[in-house]
Amino acid sequence: MQDLTRVDEIVQHYSDVKTPLIYILKDVQKEYGFLSDVVLTHIAKKVDIPLSEIYGVATFYSLFTIKPKGKYVVRCCNNAPCYVKKSKEVLDAIKSYLGVEVTETTECGTFTLEFTSCLGLCAVAPVMMVNDEVYGNLTPEKAVAILKDYKMKGLSNA
Amino acid sequence: MHRNHVLIAMDAHTIAQGARAVRDALKRALDMTSLTDEVKVIETGSLGIYNRGVVLVIFPDNVYYVGVKVEDVAEIVSEHLIKGRVVERLHYTDVPVEKAAEMGAAPRFGKQQRVVLKNAGVIDPESLEEYIARDGYEALGKALTTMKPEDVIDIVKKSGIQGRGGAFFPTGLKWSFAAAEEAKQKYIICNADEGEPGTFKDRLILEGDPHSVIEGMALAGYAVGADMGYIYIRGEYRMSIERLNRAIQHATENGLLGENLFDSGFSFNLEVREGAGAYICGEETALIESIEGKRGEPRDKPPFPPSVGLWGMPTIVNNVETLANVPQIILKGADWYRSMGTEKSPGTKVFTMVGNINNPGLIEVPMGTTLREIIYDIGQGIPEGKGFMLAQMGGTTGGILTEKHLDLPMSVEALREIGSGLGSGALLVVDDSQDVVELVENFVEFFNHESCGKCTLCREGNGRLLELLQRINAGKGRMADLNLMEDLAVTMMKGAFCGLGQAAPVPILGCLKYFRDDFVRKIGAAEMAAAA
Ligand SMILES: Cc1cc2nc3c(=O)[nH]c(=O)nc-3n(C[C@H](O)[C@H](O)[C@H](O)COP(=O)(O)O)c2cc1C
Repeated sequence: MQDLTRVDEIVQHYSDVKTPLIYILKDVQKEYGFLSDVVLTHIAKKVDIPLSEIYGVATFYSLFTIKPKGKYVVRCCNNAPCYVKKSKEVLDAIKSYLGVEVTETTECGTFTLEFTSCLGLCAVAPVMMVNDEVYGNLTPEKAVAILKDYKMKGLSNA
Repeated sequence: MHRNHVLIAMDAHTIAQGARAVRDALKRALDMTSLTDEVKVIETGSLGIYNRGVVLVIFPDNVYYVGVKVEDVAEIVSEHLIKGRVVERLHYTDVPVEKAAEMGAAPRFGKQQRVVLKNAGVIDPESLEEYIARDGYEALGKALTTMKPEDVIDIVKKSGIQGRGGAFFPTGLKWSFAAAEEAKQKYIICNADEGEPGTFKDRLILEGDPHSVIEGMALAGYAVGADMGYIYIRGEYRMSIERLNRAIQHATENGLLGENLFDSGFSFNLEVREGAGAYICGEETALIESIEGKRGEPRDKPPFPPSVGLWGMPTIVNNVETLANVPQIILKGADWYRSMGTEKSPGTKVFTMVGNINNPGLIEVPMGTTLREIIYDIGQGIPEGKGFMLAQMGGTTGGILTEKHLDLPMSVEALREIGSGLGSGALLVVDDSQDVVELVENFVEFFNHESCGKCTLCREGNGRLLELLQRINAGKGRMADLNLMEDLAVTMMKGAFCGLGQAAPVPILGCLKYFRDDFVRKIGAAEMAAAA
């Protein structure tokens, strides 16, 4: 059985906030890595909102995930301002370096590749995020070099 | 007393280029050379220089350094701060006009004018004192002690300011609707969702001058009779969220937010609400749904939020830039505001220039500045000697402008006349080496991804448009596809539930109108190949 006491604490923490569901989901995800069925079912009971509705919210917003992700989530921007600065080439290089398509996780569980919506860093386009860090003025070579660093880091911390 | 101040720009652009590491190295170096009492490091918002790495400026010398790396810090400290010699290698002399004007120097880059951005990059955004020193909270004091709520609405109405969130609805009129409602609770919401690709003005306003937005919200609250406000901000904007929370705390501690402000009996409290990643939540009723903890799907209108909004109560939703203008309008008056811009679009407009342009970034110009002035004077033209193909004004849902529109004034009325708009103020410049049909496919990928799924026309329409474009770009297009695309786009424009589905066809139809030959050529080649 998964320990759900943190869920209880988080729900309790937001008891003064009006309609706090999104905050609860955010904090629970931070704690448990992703929003599993078990966790969502428990939240539904706690806040007295139907599970179907909570599931609808959890799958609507891009910052929520109902699947486990890799240690490093690489989020590439391919919106028009990055696109005209050749973000597609960067994305292709990352795909072939990691050997995955967008939304997939590498077999070793180190990287998940995703799109990000525009981060408003277009003056240094193209950009990507790795977890909370942002990188700008990317070229295919630069992006792969950054990911190589993360791979080394991932190995040494493992 | 410090003999030097080093301002280091800590905005998302510079942080993406390593500003945090440089700041830490600088502090360490000052520590090691025992200069901490003489030199003060101040973190500021954007300094208006965007794609040149980490930017810092040393006062009172007024010397700008760009592309500063951790390895350069020791040299800056030993050469400049100790010996007083400028490190020429990193010295930047093309100081943007907003800073230059601030320092009394001659403007360099075209006709910019700072109203909303007057404090950004000039003051320490974390310092309430510095905001107050530049007339901050004076408008709120003036309104609460000498004006009635209807006087506030009256000035805002007379100023002619229109909402900067994209629809350009007259702000004073919107406020008067909520003011007329009888309700025991009303709300002010600041829309800081800013998801339109290429737009980052709201973030830089919030990061550079958070108190101007807070003051604008309090004034809106007083005008319509709301004592509670929410700032709905993208969850991705971590730094803005932190700054805002601190600014709200400082304002509350100093009696500028909270109960019985200026002994007027008026109370106003503020809370930040974070989004969780959904472009559609920028639409005001979807935003309200999201604050209510639900999927961010737009509501039917009417009723409009000023009558039935958050938790069913009268609610004003205004954009960050709109609200940041309000304190100065109250302080300096409607005539002052009308002295800028055009008759029908008064004031200034903040734009973000992105794409294939030499000098990308945030600018503020009077309404009515021409596209040519923006792209070629302020933006310094197109890189690598390439030509201008098109500009898209207002983000990915924005209209398409071509060579023949270069001398068009960028004002609400001039753009409306050609069936277009200013939208979010993002100006995407595209050079003539790009493939326009592939670009349109990229636009539609965005809409297809961001459609919330509520209405069929937007959900299915964008999916079908994407299939058609993918087919054409894969060399399998047919001439009939063009009419199909047009039919579908026009139907979506007329029938989609909200602004997303209604606006998505705008750039598609624009490109089909101005660059039809490119589509025809591609499809023609495909048909020839198939026949051969
Ligand atoms: C799809 C869509 C996205 C929008 N995104 C934003 C946004 O990110 N920020 C914003 O201020 N307004 C956005 N709007 C406009 C809002 O619905 C609303 O008109 C605006 O916040 C009102 O503020 P204003 O009167 O100050 O412009 C969007 C509208 C649509 C249809």
